[in-house]
Amino acid sequence: MVSSKNNWKAWLYLAPAIVLLLVFTVWPIINTVRMAFLNDYSGLEEVGGAVFNFGIGNFIKVVQYQRFLDCLKTTSILCIATVPISTVLALLIAVALNSIKVLQKFLQTVFFLPYVTNSIAIGMVFAAMFNIVGSFLGTENELIATAGIINNIIEFFGGTHVNWINVGSTYWANIFVMVVYIVWNALPFKILILLGGLQSINKQYYDAAKVDGTSKGRILRKITVPLLSPMLAYVVITGFIGGFKEYTSIIGIFGETMGPADASGRLNTMVGFIYDALASNKQGRASAAALILFGIILVVTLINLQVSKKKVHY
Amino acid sequence: MKVQLQNITKIFPSRNKKSKEMVTAVNDFTFTVPDGKLIGLLGPSGCGKSTTLYMISGLEKPTSGQIFFGEDDVTELPPEKRGIGLVFQNYALYPHMTVRQNILFPLQNLKGEDKLTKDQMLDRVDEVAKLVQLEQYLDRKPNQMSGGQQQRVAIARALVKMPRVLLLDEPLSNLDARLRLQTREEIRRIQRETGITTIFVTHDQEEAMSISDMIVVMKLGIIQQVGEPQEVYDNPVNLFVSKFLGTPPINVFNGRISGGKLYIGEEEIAPAEGKKDMEVYVGIRPEGFIVDPNGKLTCNLESREVMGRDVSIVSNHPESANPIVRSIVDSESVFDMDAKTIKYNIKKSKMFVFNKETEERVFFEGDKLPYHLTQYLEEIKSETPKTEEKQAEENVQEDNA
Repeated sequence: MVSSKNNWKAWLYLAPAIVLLLVFTVWPIINTVRMAFLNDYSGLEEVGGAVFNFGIGNFIKVVQYQRFLDCLKTTSILCIATVPISTVLALLIAVALNSIKVLQKFLQTVFFLPYVTNSIAIGMVFAAMFNIVGSFLGTENELIATAGIINNIIEFFGGTHVNWINVGSTYWANIFVMVVYIVWNALPFKILILLGGLQSINKQYYDAAKVDGTSKGRILRKITVPLLSPMLAYVVITGFIGGFKEYTSIIGIFGETMGPADASGRLNTMVGFIYDALASNKQGRASAAALILFGIILVVTLINLQVSKKKVHY
Repeated sequence: MKVQLQNITKIFPSRNKKSKEMVTAVNDFTFTVPDGKLIGLLGPSGCGKSTTLYMISGLEKPTSGQIFFGEDDVTELPPEKRGIGLVFQNYALYPHMTVRQNILFPLQNLKGEDKLTKDQMLDRVDEVAKLVQLEQYLDRKPNQMSGGQQQRVAIARALVKMPRVLLLDEPLSNLDARLRLQTREEIRRIQRETGITTIFVTHDQEEAMSISDMIVVMKLGIIQQVGEPQEVYDNPVNLFVSKFLGTPPINVFNGRISGGKLYIGEEEIAPAEGKKDMEVYVGIRPEGFIVDPNGKLTCNLESREVMGRDVSIVSNHPESANPIVRSIVDSESVFDMDAKTIKYNIKKSKMFVFNKETEERVFFEGDKLPYHLTQYLEEIKSETPKTEEKQAEENVQEDNA
């Protein structure tokens, strides 16, 4: 036990961390709650001497905004679509990677590359790939528009090109592009975690299964997935948390308009809504939306934990 | 089901890319496990006994040689087609399944003709659970059970498919001393009741001797001796086998044969008529000493350990290869504890002489010859099932003759 004489030393050593946490984590949390419960709070007006009443007016306003509900809808769709797809894909890739010997390290690196690549840059590449006017050839006077590589591939196989992200594209086409992009972006981290989990599974379980003549599919379903369930639960929970905070990926593909030029803001997400509110000096509204987002993530995580309690085996 | 291994060799490629050194884990292993017997593969770690077991199971493939189950050549068959049950050293029970699900698992894999109905499967599980006395634990998870119970679940899982051969890899090494005694009796009982040919691997000589019908002593991938446990203990063919079997271990002395007599130091121990002069090791089992004031071997007395039934005398001898010489004598033996030395007579049947260079046994007149490996090999050669290829070869030879 540290003697009381030395207590001040302990506090001294902890001080830098404590000060930083207080300033950048604890105070903002408290302040967010305060702002959320002051009707129509605005920082700028408060400096000007305005007084705000305590109440839940911000929350009522936020949930009545059609824009907020649209953001909630887009975020939820992206979340519900991407988390299962990316988890299943990551599982299959991890299992495949784990079962090969040649090139394993090389492929592992390849699959990990997206993780260390700037997501805005990736977004721009994806935007180019899904573009309907991908690249321009010819001279200044004679522009020949070609489709992006995805449309080229579709046309190569005899399909008609799709307007994925340009002016006139549909909401669901936009969502499709976002899902592909988010899944691709989410894979490396999940593969890394699942591969680590796979490599820590005792090989004897597989030997035992082999002696009993278990088919590959059954090994995956009955042995690998259950034994990997703690990692799967982790990946799903962090996936949902990350999914509800989706924002940069939209910017990456659509830019700050958060949608095609003729439907700007169509793909806005919850975090985008909060950001916009802050930018227009409506901190009360932003705080209320942030708390709602926090509540949603909390509930989803609790549900996840509850489910995994039944499904995670040890 | 008789299991026959013929000239089995397993060479592992080097793991280190720099050195091209290959490891020969099992070297020209030829042995037949008689039907319905319990066989112990015994040896120090790294002697290739587990590799041998895994080759029988099919999880490892021999580099050369053949394996027969009965009359079938199974060398190329994958494990699931061989009809074996394998119990792993740490059981490899699926932690997320109950005992019942664990035992059911192999049955649910059966396909085609062998496929069972759900009721048949559950009946089989109940049957095998009864055999290993686990009926009341079927709904537990493995981590809610003791090591001994887990071991029995693993055996049940291996037995439920009614395998032709049961293989156990170090079945008792993860259990504490008391459970070990209990479980080895259990394995013996289950083997007797099912009459299934069983091969198990162990580094513990006591374990192997106590339950095996026959033991195979291995060293560096090579069979040293084969036989019934008592036979091997009483009649080792070389120094390694004599040292490996028995607790407390055999006492080894530097000795020599000179002028038809066997000496340890300057003391003449036994006649060795007709033997040429050579340096030897003399191995004497602890129970081979008789306290006798007129005895032939003189040791410096150190201490005495009373064990009730017997007395263990610790002494030393300048020519002993070990720091101490331990003898176990009748508690009624009378000797003077204050004396500096103690004299022993040696029981002839408990003394073995080995050539110092080859470490092979030097047999004396009156020694019973051990059931020697070569003799054993001769015996099984005559009953080896012939593959078509070999048959053809022999036909050609006959034609030539």
